[in-house]
Amino acid sequence: MARRVKIALQAAAVLVVGLLVGLLAWQVVRTDQGRALSSKVASGQKPQAPVFSLDRLDGKGTLSLADLRGKAVVVNFWASWCAPCKDEAPTLEAAWQKWRDQDVVVVGVDLQDLTSDARRFVDRYALSYPALRDKHNWTWGRYGLSGLPETWFVDREGRLVGEHVEGPVTAEELDRNIRIALGTA
Amino acid sequence: MRMALIAGLLLALAAAGTAAASEQHPNLAELERELICPTCHESLAVSSSPIADRMRSFIRARIAAGDTKSEIKSKLVDQFGESVLAAPPKRGFNLLVWLLPLVGLGIGGAALAVLARRWRRAREETAPAGPSGNGRAPLDPELERRLDEELARFDA
Repeated sequence: MARRVKIALQAAAVLVVGLLVGLLAWQVVRTDQGRALSSKVASGQKPQAPVFSLDRLDGKGTLSLADLRGKAVVVNFWASWCAPCKDEAPTLEAAWQKWRDQDVVVVGVDLQDLTSDARRFVDRYALSYPALRDKHNWTWGRYGLSGLPETWFVDREGRLVGEHVEGPVTAEELDRNIRIALGTA
Repeated sequence: MRMALIAGLLLALAAAGTAAASEQHPNLAELERELICPTCHESLAVSSSPIADRMRSFIRARIAAGDTKSEIKSKLVDQFGESVLAAPPKRGFNLLVWLLPLVGLGIGGAALAVLARRWRRAREETAPAGPSGNGRAPLDPELERRLDEELARFDA
């Protein structure tokens, strides 16, 4: 009887430890997948961009990255409280105005923010490109973000290409990487 | 005994009353302790990040508007997800966080009980038969009888 109890206790302990190790491994793998994207793109690979489907900040439905297949997409991650995001907002709007008729879409993904603040930010900088709200930080790990703002470029086949820009993006970086995403560089 | 029970009951009632008051009329300090800054992952009570400041402003505005503590926390969860809560809600997958320590305590307690029983049994098996055994094995009855005879003869 005592032997059976001992075996049951050992099995339960192994099960609990196994469960915790599994959870830890799952978390590490998930985080590393996002972080690996940056090094893959830097080495010239073209990994598939993690697909997201998020609510529009203006409340008018959702937008999925998959719906933009066939276009070059600039995915910019931002928040209203982030000072460099304020610096780059006019640059992104100017790029959107410059490229929007050439199969290019600029998408702003707002994270770690209050919706009301984000809406005020869009109004203040008169941003007309689609702004999405990632309330649950879904894209943070998938895109391996380490801060805000960050910008990725997606080609017509939905792959990440060009440079992964960490910090405020410049007009030159936008033009150069949009051409790469369009395949005209 | 009865006094202790009454005192306990009064304490429980006072705690329940305080909790109810805190739910209906929350203050910023207690909400700060129960929330996490989504960018630095520190308690909102100590975080000085820009989003923490915005969250404090949001909480102040909601308190002024008459929201309950649950309503304010629910609105912040809607904005940032459940990771904004310092203590995960007691439901779904998060229940594991609350249950696992109890399961661990239960398993540890059961293991201790089994070991204690085994140790006690082992001690009982090796313990002397009588109070005069001094930890040595009892004498064979025949040998004891002979020893008593010899001692009696010696005394005579």
